[in-house]
Amino acid sequence: MTSIDIKADSVPAPRSGEERSGRLLDVKDLHVEFHTREGVVKAVNGVNYSVDAGETLAVLGESGSGKSVTAQAIMGILDMPPGKIPQGEILFRGQDMLKMSNEERRKIRGRKIAMIFQDALSSLNPVLSVGYQLGEMFRVHDGLSRKQAKAKAVELMERVKIPAAKERVNDYPHQFSGGMRQRIMIAMALALEPDLIIADEPTTALDVTVQAQVMDLLADLQREYNMGLILITHDLGVVADVADKIAVMYAGRIVETAPVHELYKRPAHPYTRGLLESIPRLDQKGQELYAIKGLPPNLLHIPSGCAFNPRCPKAQDICRTDVPALVPVTERDGAELPGRGSACHFWKETIHG
Amino acid sequence: MGRYVARRLLQMIPVFIGTTLLIFIMVNVLPGDPVRALWGDKPPDPAQVAQIRHDRGLDLPLWQQYLHYMGGLLQGDFGKTIAGNRPVLDEITQAFPVSMRLASMAWTFELIVGITLGVLAGIKRGRFVDNTVTLFTLLVISVPIFVVGLLCQLFFGNELGWITPTVQDSENMSQLLVPAIVLGMVGLAYVARLTRTSIAENRQADYMRTAVAKGLPRQRIITRHLLRNSLIPVVTYLGTDVGTLMGGAVITEGIFNVTGVGNLLFQALARREGAVIVGVVTVLVIVYLIASLIVDLLYAVLDPRIRYA
Amino acid sequence: MPDLTKTTATATDEQSVTPDAPVDAIASGPAPGKPRSLWNDAWRELRSNPLFVISAFLIVVLLVVAAFPGLFTDANPDSGDQVNHFLGKPELTHFFQADWFGYDRVGRSIYSRVVHGARNSILVGVGVTILVTLFGGLCGMLAGYFGGFWDSLISRLTDVFFGIPFLLGAMVVLNAFTDRTVWVVMGALAFLGWTQIARVMRGAVITTKHADYVVAARALGAGTKRILFRHILPNALAPVIVVATISLGTYIVAESTLSYLGLGLGDGAISWGGDISDATQDIRNNPHTLFFPAGMLSITVLAFIMMGDAVREALDPKLR
Repeated sequence: MTSIDIKADSVPAPRSGEERSGRLLDVKDLHVEFHTREGVVKAVNGVNYSVDAGETLAVLGESGSGKSVTAQAIMGILDMPPGKIPQGEILFRGQDMLKMSNEERRKIRGRKIAMIFQDALSSLNPVLSVGYQLGEMFRVHDGLSRKQAKAKAVELMERVKIPAAKERVNDYPHQFSGGMRQRIMIAMALALEPDLIIADEPTTALDVTVQAQVMDLLADLQREYNMGLILITHDLGVVADVADKIAVMYAGRIVETAPVHELYKRPAHPYTRGLLESIPRLDQKGQELYAIKGLPPNLLHIPSGCAFNPRCPKAQDICRTDVPALVPVTERDGAELPGRGSACHFWKETIHG
Repeated sequence: MGRYVARRLLQMIPVFIGTTLLIFIMVNVLPGDPVRALWGDKPPDPAQVAQIRHDRGLDLPLWQQYLHYMGGLLQGDFGKTIAGNRPVLDEITQAFPVSMRLASMAWTFELIVGITLGVLAGIKRGRFVDNTVTLFTLLVISVPIFVVGLLCQLFFGNELGWITPTVQDSENMSQLLVPAIVLGMVGLAYVARLTRTSIAENRQADYMRTAVAKGLPRQRIITRHLLRNSLIPVVTYLGTDVGTLMGGAVITEGIFNVTGVGNLLFQALARREGAVIVGVVTVLVIVYLIASLIVDLLYAVLDPRIRYA
Repeated sequence: MPDLTKTTATATDEQSVTPDAPVDAIASGPAPGKPRSLWNDAWRELRSNPLFVISAFLIVVLLVVAAFPGLFTDANPDSGDQVNHFLGKPELTHFFQADWFGYDRVGRSIYSRVVHGARNSILVGVGVTILVTLFGGLCGMLAGYFGGFWDSLISRLTDVFFGIPFLLGAMVVLNAFTDRTVWVVMGALAFLGWTQIARVMRGAVITTKHADYVVAARALGAGTKRILFRHILPNALAPVIVVATISLGTYIVAESTLSYLGLGLGDGAISWGGDISDATQDIRNNPHTLFFPAGMLSITVLAFIMMGDAVREALDPKLR
C-alpha cells in the first residue's frame, strides 16, 4: 500500500512552544477487526492517511466503510474487546499512540486530540448541565476550581455563539435545540485548543439550514486555532466547501485520495464516480437519478479481489481475484498529479476515459 | 413544583379511598364472625351477640359502616378491638415503631450491600464477580424468605448460638440485626440486579463514549457519569420498597417473634379483628402513597428530563 | 460499537437480495433468505444460553413429576406409619425409595410428599400466571390502546391494588375461606396480582401504538381489531412474557408462604409450604424434615426465575 500525501501550498507555521516532528497525524497501514459471535468483522483493512496542522481531511464513505472505526481507533475509544488492532501505527507528532500506556493516551484525549460526535443529544450526558460538562474539561485537565471552570464554560459557549450563554450555562442538553447542542459539542472539543479535531458526521443530524451554520463555525474555529481537522461524512456537499483533501473509503480501505476539487472534476475510481453521479443536479432535472447498484458489502465476508467488484460497472476478471493497491494517479502523459491515488485496476480508463 | 405536589396529593385521595374500601370489603364481606368468636367454643348468647353487634354498628349496611369508619379515621379514630375493647390506634402505635426500626435496618442493608454488589457486577460484566453476584441473587430470590429465616434461626441461633433464636427485646438493635438481614435479603437481590442491568445499559450509552473521548480518568467516568445515571431507577425502587418492607415483615416477624405490624396483623386475622386489619393496612397504604410521592419528586430532581407535569 | 453492529446486521439481512452478490457471500450468511425477526433472534439466543437449557430441563422434569407422580414413587404420601417410621432419618443411597428423604413426625415418606407436592405448587403457579396474563393483559391493552376513560379507570384501579401489600391482601382474602382448594388460592392470588401485568402491557401498548408501522397500518385503513392483534400485540408481547415468566416463580413462592402460614391450601392438600411449617416444630433435631421440601421448593422457583432471566436476556437486545 502506498501512502499518498498532499503538500498544501501554504502549510501554516507550527504553533509556538511545540516542536514539530513530521506530520501532525499519520495513520499507517491500520487494521481493525471485531471478534463477534458470527465471526471476525474486518472493519478497517490497511488504511493510510495523514493530516497536517491547519489542514482539513475529509473521509468519505457509506456507513460500514470503516471511516468511523478508523476515527475511534485514532481517538482510542474503541471497545476492546470485541475490537482489536492487529496491525498498523497511529503516529501523533511522530509518536505511535498504539504503543503508549493508557494514561499517556488519556492525557492526549481531549487535550491534544478531540472528537465531535454525530448525535449531540445522546452524546451529551442527559443529567448533567452543559456548564458542568464543559467545565469538566478544565477541571480534569487543568485542575481549575469549580468556579473558574464555570467561567471558562461560559466563555466557550460565547465562543461558539450560543446566545445568552451566562443564563444558559446551567441548562441541560435536552433544553437546547439541535444546532445549539452541536455547538456545545464543538465547544467541548475546542475547550483545550487541541491540535487535531475529529468530527464524525457533525451535521448529519441537523436541519439543512443549521448544517451550514455549524460547518462554517467549525471551519472558522479551525482556521483561527490552526488545527488539523478530520471530517468524516457521507455528504459530498459538505465536503466541497471546507476540505483540503479527500480520502474515499470502501469496505475498510481507502479507494481514492485527491485534493478536493480534482476529485469532483475527475474521479479516478468507479466508486467515487458513482457517488458523484448519484448527487441530484438541477441541470439534469427530469432524468432518472443515478444510483450505485447493490449494497455495501458484508464485512464478515468481504468479496475477494476488489471489494467493490460486485457493484462495479467496469469489473473484469482481475477485479474478482486481485486486490488493487492504492497507486499514484498521473496525467495521460505521465505527469505527476500530487496527492492523487486510486485503488482500481482500471484507474486510467476511469480518469481519462 | 408546589402545584405538582398539590395535584399529586389530590390524586392520592381516590386511590386512598379505593384501597381502604377494597380492604374494608375484603375484611367485612368475607365470612367469619368476630363477635361469636368471643365465646370461643361455648354457645354464644344470641341476645348478647346482637347487643354487641348493635353497639359496634356491625348490624348496619356495609356502606354505612365504611362511612362511619372513614369519618372516624379523619378524626384519628381507628375504632376499637372487639375483644378487650382497646383502641386500635393504641395497638398500631405500639407495633409500628418496632416494624419501622426493623424495616429501616433492612432497608439500609439493602441499599448498601445491594448497590455495592450491583455496581461490582455491572462494571465487571461477564467476569467472575458478575457471575457470582448473579448466581447469588438468583438463589436469594428463589429460596423463599421463610426458609431463609428458618435456616438463619437454626444456624445462627441454635447451632452457633450467636443470636437468641427469637427476639426478646424489640428495642435492641443487635437482636434485630439478623431478622433485618433476612427481611432485606430479597430486596437486596432485586437492588443488585437492577443496578447491574442499569449499569450494563448505561455503559453502552453514547455519552459514556464522549466521557472517554474527553480524556477523563476512569474513576471519574464511573462515579460522575456512569453511576450518576445508572442509580436513578435504583433510587426509585428503593423508595417504593419502604412500604413493601413494612408490609412484608409478617413472615420474618413471625419466625423471630418480633412484635411488629406483621405480627399484629397475623394475630388480628386469627381473631378476625376487622378493625385492626383495616387499620394496619390503612397505615401501610399511607406509607406507600407518601413513599411513592417522594420517589416521584426525587426522580425529577435526579433526572432533569422529567418535568413536573 | 453501535454503528458497526447495525451495519453488519443490515448487510447480512439484505445480502441475499443483492443480485450481484457472489455466491459464497450468500451461502455463508446466517440463516440465508430468512428474515431475522426479534423472535427468531431470541430463539437462537435462548438455545445457546446455558441458563435456559438448565432451567428448561428442570421445568420439563418438574412438569412430568407434577403430572405423573406415580412414576417416581409408590409410597402413599398421606398414610403414615408412626410406629415404624416416626421421624426416620433419610437413607441417601436409597434412590427413589420411600425412605430416601426419611420420614416425618407422622411417619409419612418425605420423598413421596415432596413428589406429590409438586402438582399443587406448579398448578397454582401456572394457573395464576395464565389468569393474570389474560385478564391483566386484556385490561392493559384496553387502557393503552383506547386511552381516555378506560385508561383512567384501569390506571386508578391498578393504583388501588398496588397500595395493598400482595401477601397481606392474600392473607386477608384467604382467611375468609374455610375450604381453600387449589382454585380458591389461584383465584385469590390472581385477584391481587393482575395489576402488574396490566401496567406492563399498558406501557408496552402505548409505546407500540405510536410506532411508525402502526401509524402506517392505520393510514392504510387497517381496522382496530387488525391493528391490535396483528400489529400491536405481537410487538408489545415481549415485556409481558418476561414479567409473566418471572412472576410464575414468585406465585409459587406466594402459595408456599401462605401454606406455611396456614392460610394456603386446606387440610389434606399436600404443599411444600405446609410441610415446611410442620417441620418447624422440631427443626433442631430433625432438620431433614425442613431441608427436602425447602430444597424442592427452591429448585422449582429457581427454575422458573432462571427461565424468566434467560427469556429477558433474549428478548431485550440492550442486555446482550
